[in-house]
Amino acid sequence: MEYEIKTEGQYTILMISGEVDLYYSPRAREQILKHLGDKKHLLVDLSGVEYIDSSGVASLVEGLQLAKSSQLEFGLIGVSDAAMQVLQLARLDKVFPIHASVSERLDSNK
Amino acid sequence: MKNDNKDIVIEVKDLVTHYGDRLILDQVNLEVRKGEVMVIMGGSGSGKTTLLRHLLGLHQATSGSILLLGKDITKMAAKDLYELRRKMGVAFQGGALFSSMNVGENVKLPLREHTKLDDKTMDIMCRMKLEVVNLSGFEDLMPAELSGGMTKRVALARAVIMDPKLLFFDEPSAGLDPVVSAELDELILKLKSAMNMSIVVVTHELESAFRIADRITMLDNGKILITGTVDEVRNSDNKRIQDMLNRRPSDTVINAEEYLGRLTGEI
Repeated sequence: MEYEIKTEGQYTILMISGEVDLYYSPRAREQILKHLGDKKHLLVDLSGVEYIDSSGVASLVEGLQLAKSSQLEFGLIGVSDAAMQVLQLARLDKVFPIHASVSERLDSNK
Repeated sequence: MKNDNKDIVIEVKDLVTHYGDRLILDQVNLEVRKGEVMVIMGGSGSGKTTLLRHLLGLHQATSGSILLLGKDITKMAAKDLYELRRKMGVAFQGGALFSSMNVGENVKLPLREHTKLDDKTMDIMCRMKLEVVNLSGFEDLMPAELSGGMTKRVALARAVIMDPKLLFFDEPSAGLDPVVSAELDELILKLKSAMNMSIVVVTHELESAFRIADRITMLDNGKILITGTVDEVRNSDNKRIQDMLNRRPSDTVINAEEYLGRLTGEI
């Protein structure tokens, strides 16, 4: 798993790629909690994710919860079919705000 | 079938096993493909549970090999087998829950054993799996407070908590009423499609086997009678298979001398 961080307007964008499994998901979690802790609206771009297991999804859930309690925005970008299946199994596809792309999310603010 | 080894997740070759002097499995060959539900069927004493226990690396085989995800577990060091077990989930017949731990702690046990994830992550993962098995909100109950079907579902949640590549399920229907048993079958199919797992189910319930199996392997007296799709098994003209499908007892020919010898203890 690798990650990259970008800033677009008021959003921090966390781009995750590769395999988010039991070994690597703690690093994703750390990043998610860090940026939300810094009071940044966060979009997590999953378009480069080849595989995400439930520890990865659990970290996203924790991020969403923290964002809500801190009145910040938290959304997912470019959810692949594989990732979507994992979300659907736990019926989380209805829980996360999911956007096709970063620009789609930014445009809807205009 | 042989040409694409990448898609074979379990490969049993010429497996022979004994309990003491008694031959239990006799030259068993079996392949399980990625993403399929393979049902191992057979009557009591046919060797199906023994086969399962060998697949889990719990017993030493007399001869033959067992490849899980391409690795031969019959020749594997304990440390490597421990690593491989991270990719395997097992739901035992009786559930095998720890009676002193609540549902949540039972489900999280493999995570505590194998990972260093944060407690919060473990809690969310545990609740996600309990959602999947329709037991959300039950994490504080103790095993003694659960019904038979609930116990099996908790065991299943624990078996899939690490998102295993291989899931083994021993007798999902045993001791359950038909409705609860059908629900568990549905759950197995749901897990298969959503998590892309390869699943091995041991059962003697025909109805359940026909519902969930991509392929069935039928054991009788330690030998494989047939491995095939549901239709292939149903349409087989092998007499022993039809006896099992129609629940006819086997009419073994009695060897009078041998029988007498057994009774008098001379054999």
